[in-house]
Amino acid sequence: MPSTTTLARAPAAAVPRLAFDPKWLVIGACVAITVYLGIVPLGFLLWQSFFTPHTAAKAAEFTLGNYREAYASAETWALFWNSLKFASGTAVLAFFLGTLLAWMNERTNTPFKALFFALALIPLVIPGILFTVSWILLGSPKIGLINLALQKLLGTDAVFINVYSLWGMIWVDALHYSPMAFLLMTAAFRAMDPALEESAVMSGARVWQVVTRVTLPLVWPAIFATLLILFVRAIESFEVPALLGLPVGIHVFTSAIYQAVHRYPSQIGLASSYAVTLLLITTVGVYFQSVLSSQGSKYATVTGKGFRPRQIDLGPWRYLAVAVFLVYFLLIVVLPFVVLLWSSFQKFYSVPSVEAIQRMTLEPYRTILEHPSLWRSVWNSLLLALGCATLIMLVTSVICWIVVKTKLPGRWLLDNIASLPMVFPGIVLGLSIMILYLYVPVGVYGTIWIMLIAYVTRFMPYGLRYNTTSMLQIHKELEESAAMSGASWATTFRRIILPLLKPGLVAGWIYIMIVSIRELSSSILLYSPGSEVLSILIWELWENGQYVELSALGVMFIIALFVLVMIAQWVGSKFGIKEH
Amino acid sequence: MLSVSALCTEYVGEHGQAIRAAQDVSFEVPPGKLFTLLGPSGCGKTTTLRSIAGLEKPRAGEIVVGSDIIYSSKQGVFVPPNRRGLGMVFQSYAIWPHMSVFDNAAFPLQVSSKRIPKMQVQERVHRVLKVVALDEMADREATKLSGGQQQRLALARALVMEPPLLLLDEPLSNLDAKLRERMRFELKRLQRELGITTVYVTHDQSEALALSHSIAVMNAGCIEQLGSPREVYERPRNQFVADFIGTTNFIKGDVAAADGGGFYRIVSEIGALKARGVDSLKTGEEVVLSIRPEDIELSESRRDGENIYAATVDQKVFLGEFVDFQVMIGRRSVQSRAHPSLRTRVGEPLFVRIDPDKCVALKATGEWAYE
Repeated sequence: MPSTTTLARAPAAAVPRLAFDPKWLVIGACVAITVYLGIVPLGFLLWQSFFTPHTAAKAAEFTLGNYREAYASAETWALFWNSLKFASGTAVLAFFLGTLLAWMNERTNTPFKALFFALALIPLVIPGILFTVSWILLGSPKIGLINLALQKLLGTDAVFINVYSLWGMIWVDALHYSPMAFLLMTAAFRAMDPALEESAVMSGARVWQVVTRVTLPLVWPAIFATLLILFVRAIESFEVPALLGLPVGIHVFTSAIYQAVHRYPSQIGLASSYAVTLLLITTVGVYFQSVLSSQGSKYATVTGKGFRPRQIDLGPWRYLAVAVFLVYFLLIVVLPFVVLLWSSFQKFYSVPSVEAIQRMTLEPYRTILEHPSLWRSVWNSLLLALGCATLIMLVTSVICWIVVKTKLPGRWLLDNIASLPMVFPGIVLGLSIMILYLYVPVGVYGTIWIMLIAYVTRFMPYGLRYNTTSMLQIHKELEESAAMSGASWATTFRRIILPLLKPGLVAGWIYIMIVSIRELSSSILLYSPGSEVLSILIWELWENGQYVELSALGVMFIIALFVLVMIAQWVGSKFGIKEH
Repeated sequence: MLSVSALCTEYVGEHGQAIRAAQDVSFEVPPGKLFTLLGPSGCGKTTTLRSIAGLEKPRAGEIVVGSDIIYSSKQGVFVPPNRRGLGMVFQSYAIWPHMSVFDNAAFPLQVSSKRIPKMQVQERVHRVLKVVALDEMADREATKLSGGQQQRLALARALVMEPPLLLLDEPLSNLDAKLRERMRFELKRLQRELGITTVYVTHDQSEALALSHSIAVMNAGCIEQLGSPREVYERPRNQFVADFIGTTNFIKGDVAAADGGGFYRIVSEIGALKARGVDSLKTGEEVVLSIRPEDIELSESRRDGENIYAATVDQKVFLGEFVDFQVMIGRRSVQSRAHPSLRTRVGEPLFVRIDPDKCVALKATGEWAYE
């Protein structure tokens, strides 16, 4: 063997001792960013809620007045009560819809299931504000197409559906969040090993005993966690309460915060005390949810891997199931999109009629494409989405490495801090960041940077989630073998960790792109002329009553997002699956 | 070549408590030798290896490779693992799934602090791949390799930078039984041919006996015995070593008298016998005798010599190459391994002979549960 001597022995590597390892620079920067973004806005919000407004004449003073004012007034309790009703109603209805669909998809022999699964995810792409606007066009008492169609059909002038009501708000918001409920409950159904139920049957249990002793205790954490998530989402949602609730005086916390800021003079203290209250509610919700999901993983360990769920034969009822799917798809995708499409071809908004068809025009598209701030908004939206997705994925990959791979004391705290923005409703985050940079004059207020800060803060937990899932799959020894090969930390991170994280990185990056492009509730308090984004442009068009231009923009927006998701799926399938 | 002295390593357990994984571990490995750390899981063998690698930071002690101190608690030296220049094969092989076979093996050269020209990298990688017979597969994706090939690639990657010391962490434990046996010979041949100083960690005693120049048997963080394979097998220093390596019969007894030449007369559960003492023993001292099944000779006719007992067959298991017998000597059951030609049936009488030299008397420690 010729290599015998050459491979045998080389002098041990020289051991220059470095005084400072540059890896601490990267790690330190990432930790600093995370801690700053996670903690400072919250601190400022709390601080602000205890102070009087700062004016030229008088400096801010400590006060409990904001809370006293907020909690002494009957208005606040009405607000509280409305928010509760709205959020619980939305959660329950969305849960019911999502669970029904998930159950039909996972546990029955409904035809065309695979197709429905893909279709049910489309609504996730449609921005909340467009969904709400299209439902106004469908369900407003005066011009709503559903009302007009039914009135014509039945020959009455009764109002069948009125979205400008609490029930209308619940309906629209629940429809909007039902795909999320569908996804969560699908996961729950998939995680439940039918063998657990079958073994109960084999032990001689009757059906109701199986349900009460095995099935329910097993799915209970998933059900409750889903309800909590939906509740938190609903109480955080801004578009529906703002567009449907405000015109008829139905206030919830999010819309009340918006109003308090936009009143003249703006009542930031009051808004802050509302925001703190809302934050308390969402914190409790998110806390219980995390408790439940850690419990859920306890149950998940029981499940096997490749089980095939037993399917219930629906018999002739399966056609009813198909019908349910079709109606659902109609309500959630087809009708909203068609009504936008219709109105986008009109010069002035009008209900469909023969004359209106003859008047169809591309005018709104021309107007919107020539709109002075359209291209700037598109550019801003893209820039923000790209910047925030990239920044988040890179920073959280380091954070997540620290949390998952090291034994640094206090790493659990870092994990919690990075997840903290999860409890921030968009509008509350917008408010705290607005206050923070009003008081700290570092020159970001009124620029696009303040929105970047808000987006990075708000979506950081998602990045962490995606990266953690991938990071947990990377065996410790893959990294250690790089160290043994002589690679420095930076080289290991760049050449081993990041490539192996790629599936999670790409998926998270795309997801954050999409949610940033749709973001409205934080941006609404932070934008200023010149830093508008697409969703703000839509909001302004609505405020100005430019419905047809809004529709034209909405149609293009939805198509563009749809294409983006398709590309994402393609990219994901190309890069995502190459694991082990 | 490698010298480890008074090494102590702790790590933090799940509940935040310090777990002592290696306590006062010292050994020397001469150049070109294969040294094995052997013990059950949790005995500290992997921690010791990882301390040498630098993946674990010891609390105290000193590690010297060649003339370089890579760790010393007294001098405050801790060379990080990526600057130690040691080769290591991990239990999971840790083949990077996003790289080709070539890239995996070339990585250590590419990240080296000295710039190595591309041509030289090519040449060295091909040479090392040839050594492990993977040169034909250089362009293949690493994930497309079989378990045995991945193991060889991991070895190639560890050898490519021509390290002074090779660390192997249970490299054969992820292979199926047949392949494991083949790789055992392969590994031994490679190590002997390359003459590379190697530290090998395993919990498999037959692997350790087959491969090593010397073995350290570890238990609960400490080295119980250090010696050649034959020494630890035939002259175990205590009950743990006797029990962990191979199969053995433990029989309780008391020292009756010294018999000269390191031998003692023992009064035991199976009667009076003559045994070799590992340490010097006092009359009246409690001992435990360790006798390997293959050293308990069975025959149907009575033979001459010492330590002969009458017995009856209680159970027997035919295993092809040999037959395992359970025989009763008085009321004590003893396991013996015999050639398949012995066909004595269950319940029939036979004779047992035990060579005094193979019957090892150990000081009874009392803490070792034995059957």
